[in-house]
Amino acid sequence: MSSHYEAPIREPLVLGEKSYHDISVDVGAPILGKANKSWWIVFTIALVAFLWGLGCIIYTVSTGIGVWGLNKTIGWAWDITNFVWWVGIGHAGTLISAVLLLFRQKWRMAVNRSAEAMTIFAVVQAGLFPIIHMGRPWLAYWVLPIPNQFGSLWVNFNSPLLWDVFAISTYLSISLVFWWTGLLPDFAMIRDRTNSPFQKKIYGILSFGWSGRVKDWQRFEEVSLVLAGLATPLVLSVHTIVSFDFATSVVPGWHSTIYPPYFVAGAIFSGFAMVQTLLIIMRKVSHLESYITVLHIEYMNKVILLTGGIVTVAYAIEFFIGWYSGVPYENYTYLSFGAATGPYWWAFWALIICNFVVPLTLWVKKLRRNIVYTFFVALIINIGMWFERFDIIVVNVSKDRLTSSWAMFQPTFVDIGTFIGTIGFFFVLFLLYARTFPVIAQAEVKTILKSSGESFKRLRAEHGDD
Amino acid sequence: MYTLPSKLKLFSIIIMVLGLVGMTYGFLTTPKTIEDVKEIMAAQEGHHSEGHEVAGDGEEHTANFVDTARGEEGYSENAMEHATDLKPEGHGVASHEEHLLHQLQTRPWSATLVAAFFFMMIALGVLVFYAIQFASQAGWSPVLYRIMEGITSYLLPGSIIVFLIVVFAGTHFFPWQNEELVAGDKILQGKAGYLNFPFFVIRGVIYLLGWNLYRYFSRKNSLAQAESNNYASYRKNFKASVFFLIFFLITEATMSWDWFMSMTPHWYSTLFPWYIFASMFVSAITVLALTTIHLKSLGLIPFVSDKHLHDLAKYMFAFSIFWTYLWFSQFMLIWYANIPEEVTYFIIRIQEYKLLFFGMLILNFVFPILVLMNSDYKRVPWFVVIAAVFILVGHYIDIFLLVMPSTVGHNWYFGIPEIAALLFFMGLFIFVVGTGLGKVSLRPKNDPFIKESENYHF
Repeated sequence: MSSHYEAPIREPLVLGEKSYHDISVDVGAPILGKANKSWWIVFTIALVAFLWGLGCIIYTVSTGIGVWGLNKTIGWAWDITNFVWWVGIGHAGTLISAVLLLFRQKWRMAVNRSAEAMTIFAVVQAGLFPIIHMGRPWLAYWVLPIPNQFGSLWVNFNSPLLWDVFAISTYLSISLVFWWTGLLPDFAMIRDRTNSPFQKKIYGILSFGWSGRVKDWQRFEEVSLVLAGLATPLVLSVHTIVSFDFATSVVPGWHSTIYPPYFVAGAIFSGFAMVQTLLIIMRKVSHLESYITVLHIEYMNKVILLTGGIVTVAYAIEFFIGWYSGVPYENYTYLSFGAATGPYWWAFWALIICNFVVPLTLWVKKLRRNIVYTFFVALIINIGMWFERFDIIVVNVSKDRLTSSWAMFQPTFVDIGTFIGTIGFFFVLFLLYARTFPVIAQAEVKTILKSSGESFKRLRAEHGDD
Repeated sequence: MYTLPSKLKLFSIIIMVLGLVGMTYGFLTTPKTIEDVKEIMAAQEGHHSEGHEVAGDGEEHTANFVDTARGEEGYSENAMEHATDLKPEGHGVASHEEHLLHQLQTRPWSATLVAAFFFMMIALGVLVFYAIQFASQAGWSPVLYRIMEGITSYLLPGSIIVFLIVVFAGTHFFPWQNEELVAGDKILQGKAGYLNFPFFVIRGVIYLLGWNLYRYFSRKNSLAQAESNNYASYRKNFKASVFFLIFFLITEATMSWDWFMSMTPHWYSTLFPWYIFASMFVSAITVLALTTIHLKSLGLIPFVSDKHLHDLAKYMFAFSIFWTYLWFSQFMLIWYANIPEEVTYFIIRIQEYKLLFFGMLILNFVFPILVLMNSDYKRVPWFVVIAAVFILVGHYIDIFLLVMPSTVGHNWYFGIPEIAALLFFMGLFIFVVGTGLGKVSLRPKNDPFIKESENYHF
């Protein structure tokens, strides 16, 4: 793609004396080896959480939505909060794999595989909520425009909730295809390296007979670019459509035109925080420190700073226009004096502290290159972005136009249990992925080894660039 | 070294003079009194039996068309009054003629602002693009740094002119500067903490200082880098760019509120600032591409290849879509919720500017997406030029639609004042940018990424 020349001022992306073979060995190790004790412990915990959440879901569906803490005023709370939160987390994966590909960012190659996996697993969690928050989920198929025996009764295409159905299902399918295409050469590598006949069989099926011919690679790259070009507007539109769920309404605080780009920025912000959380652990336990370097973490922190800055400016705009509009109802929206001092003051300040104050510290170079510190900031951002969605959804509707219908929201154990269940399910999937999939796109990393590898950069420094 | 070709120089001077004459004509021929307006109306009534809204017959049309439209939908008069009564004259306070007089007097001001802002935002947009290249350590674009610096040399005169226009336009643009009106309007009183003249001027000065100081220092550092053998100047520029981008993100929002949103001070939209930014950014990249093609055709920049052009064209393509995304988001959300306070903005634009309003979408979205989709075409200079013309015309219309409906309402024309202002500022832009480009060598030396940029393939 781009030229092999690289300015010496750029820091290396692959550390140590790595050869192509070393990369294959390092990436293949977790798959070809055995899981250790701590993997099993973590997996068990995640599985238990998942099963507990499954119980909560079954209980909800069989008993009724009334087991949640919703009331007549607040008809959406944890369900949609978690939905938007999970969808948002998924967005970083597509950003890393598609947008950064379009911007030719070489550093994406070490993180894109896991980020895309995270996307898919997060969208799966998100996809649960639109179903389980229905009063009659067994009629969910009615949202699809299929010819039927009711005189061909169709859906109303004016509802953003219907657009959500199309957005999320398209998003999941495109992400899956994009991810799988990228996996073909890596599955083939595992297929060729394993000694177990069982694994050979499985990875032989998964890799679709990839043999790595010139023509294949040519088409592979073209498909990747086309899919990246399609996935970029997709990633913007998906979270835009999620934001339309609120912005098309007439609820004060929800009806705001900035929501589309602001939600997208927030999604990237929270998504990158989740990537940091996962990769900081993964690079350690899977011994991938040479590939996911401090530089990668710093770059991701810079993206967090950028999107966090955009989100902060959007907060300021919301706050300002709330005042500027002169509409009295705007004083009860999630970003207003009313919210800062009202019954949900703690949620307001959680949002401000977690999403604005704490990420500001990343402006300090020392802190943004500090791995442990980054890990905690990323966790805090994940919490903060959950609060952002909670505030948008609950605070705005808790005090709407009629004072007689003002209400507060109190989650029940089922609300909380379901959320914990999705976290468990997410980690079950992610842990299984980490043991069976090549977590770094080794084929891609090999393409930058000679331009951005530490040892090759040193050689060039010693012997000249040309 | 570049020198503005003498023919181009002459051309720019001629259109500046023509523009200046036309603008003067525009200012001098505005009606001075209500009697003039009545004459104009009588003359127009003579020409068309039932024509433009201007010819409306007093009584029935005193309420503006928005009210009529709303009345049909069954809104109560009281509810619409404060939302639609955006003009200083207001309901029942003054006659239709007085209202019309004011709009006709505003027209040359609006025509000047549209053109002045259009060219200023190009310079500002290029400055933002330039800062982004530094902040992101781009490896492809350093060969274009001198060209970007040349274009941003228009920022200083351009921004000062825009600043003077908005400061001296007074109630022509900004009804909230009319004390009588504010005294009778609770909503405007509530906004007086932000919308007051001294604070408005102070904010304007801050924008000018911030933008121009960054322009000045980044250019200085960039030139110093060419003379030095370490990267100290480059590092300074990197830092300055990051801080400028933060400053810009904030001031761009307040600038849009100040100079455009407050023209209809009852109306508000949170997306508005970013929408203006999208228009600014895509026009800026388009002009950068055009300038690059011009310099390339003169053979002055052999180190810029068609790959660089390809990248610029990709940005034109992508940000055309991005602009449409923001345009649609703002439009659709307001259309969908149909809240009376907000829809006024689009009702006037659709009812009175229909062709421009929807035509702009074809120019700004449909054409660029069709023309620039193919990757081979993005490397063909004349093809990019065609797309660039569409985009620039489209975004001129965009700015036109930002200003005109809010200031002159349905009394808009595209005549001598508009064309003259466009000519004048185009001439000024060509002249200033041409001179700016000619000051130093177009090859930025010693930039840490210059070699990467020159070897760049895609």
